[in-house]
Amino acid sequence: MNPFEYQQVDEPATAVDAISRWRGSKFLAGGTNLIDLMKNTVEQPPKLIDINHIPLRGIEQTPDGGVKLGALARNSDTANHPLIRKNYPLLSQAILSGASPQLRNMATNGGNLLQRTRCPYFMDPAFSRCNKRTPGSGCSALEGFHENHAILGASDQCIATHPSDMCVALAALEAKVRVRGPKGERIIAIGDFHRLPGTTPQIDTTLMPDELIVSIDLPPSPYGSHSHYLKIRERTSYAFALVSVAAAIDVDSGWIRGARLALGGVAHKPWRVEAAEAALAGQKLSISLFEQAASRALSGARPRRDNTYKVEMAKRAIIRALTIAGGLA
Amino acid sequence: MTTENSSRTSTVPETDSEEYSSVNPATDMIDCKLSRRDFVKTVGYFTGAGALGLQLISVETIVECAPLEFSASAHTVELTVNGLVHKLTMDTRVTLLDALREYLKLTGTKKGCDHGQCGACTVLVNGRRINSCLSLAVTHQGDQITTIEGLSGGEELHPLQTAFIEHDGFQCGYCTPGQICSAVALLEEARRGDASFVTPDLAHTGRVELTPEEIRERMSGNVCRCGAYPGIVQAVQTASRTL
Repeated sequence: MNPFEYQQVDEPATAVDAISRWRGSKFLAGGTNLIDLMKNTVEQPPKLIDINHIPLRGIEQTPDGGVKLGALARNSDTANHPLIRKNYPLLSQAILSGASPQLRNMATNGGNLLQRTRCPYFMDPAFSRCNKRTPGSGCSALEGFHENHAILGASDQCIATHPSDMCVALAALEAKVRVRGPKGERIIAIGDFHRLPGTTPQIDTTLMPDELIVSIDLPPSPYGSHSHYLKIRERTSYAFALVSVAAAIDVDSGWIRGARLALGGVAHKPWRVEAAEAALAGQKLSISLFEQAASRALSGARPRRDNTYKVEMAKRAIIRALTIAGGLA
Repeated sequence: MTTENSSRTSTVPETDSEEYSSVNPATDMIDCKLSRRDFVKTVGYFTGAGALGLQLISVETIVECAPLEFSASAHTVELTVNGLVHKLTMDTRVTLLDALREYLKLTGTKKGCDHGQCGACTVLVNGRRINSCLSLAVTHQGDQITTIEGLSGGEELHPLQTAFIEHDGFQCGYCTPGQICSAVALLEEARRGDASFVTPDLAHTGRVELTPEEIRERMSGNVCRCGAYPGIVQAVQTASRTL
């Protein structure tokens, strides 16, 4: 690990000021991903600004009936908060499907948004070619082992996937990310927060280097218990998704008023499929309808040599998740 | 062997030597009075546990290739561990795990993967279980840290320690301190109604019934390479009934 300076801050303004002064410095929250990456020098910040003492741990109802999740609330506390378990069980499920109890106790909501890919060619500097780690160096995954890489939205520069489960649920729930920079606050829709790799895969999100996430705002949800987070992985627990599905349906007497569908493990960002949502809206709940939606969701898939299996796996996972969410299971 | 040693010295990656200097600042290494235990630990830093016994590096060699570098990145913190306060000045890079083991000599907490994947380093911070290998020591000013050494009441074992012995919840024992610390927190989480991914009804918020499926899911952050899982599950279930 490279040496770094360390500073504690206790309010957002001080944090933003501190990070503006030190080029390349990073905020330290739970540290579960950042410290890990610093140990093998993938991340080499000259300074860590410890934001854990900023009072951003609250989880509270908003006047519009939604919920504001403090950026520094821990993943475990978020998943188990009564408001989340009752009104957003999809989010609880997604969070609880990820990592381990120890890591969820440390990891924060803001940090979860900023997780970096677990592509092995990115994680290990022994592999010299990685456009995300060293821009312009190439991508070892293109010709290497890429069985767990992206099938949607990838580029010829990077085929990494976003590792978060929580963010897949947030995409389906249409969360908004509230951030603070030197010029004040702004709100980024979750769909605009994570980027596709394009020609600049080193940039994961639209958050600016001098901006601090202060909260994640959830709008009121009409989905309630008609939702399901399905995670397919290579062991029963404590593994990243091969494919995951966040499905939420607004049901009225067997008819679908509206639906939200997002996929994990298939792209550089949580992959919301609005075309499939449109196919579901206004229709009567049925397995054949779900099959149509699944086909539509994967119509743009471009698998590579080792990950063609993900296309069929994602389709079946969508059908299964919608079937459970719709109460047809 | 001499040739091998010197080649080893010259190829030690920079990151390794920095890791080393960050964990052993101003104690044994300065005056070269290494105990055998420290020596073994030191060799471990360079070779990884798998190569132990093959790499007989001399103490002089180690000191030579482990420059101490302190300056801007030192930080003072008061760590409260098992009720005792320790004031320590450390390199900012020192993890809580290394602070416990290398500074406070509380070697019950184990270093396994050092990347938050195995759970051997699990300790309790303000009653919550965390991976101490991914947490910087300097961030723990004012926290109440409990390690495996702090669970028993004198000679009286913690009920989970007793249950692990009763059910053969271990073989080699290396993961056991992490397993037990993890399980202590698990019981409290279940008592207050925290859900897991396998909890059937998230709307039910009362005390969780710890079925084997619930225990396996909730202990999934602790790996046991000996495969003592059946005994671990039984031990946790037994303790859940007595606590």
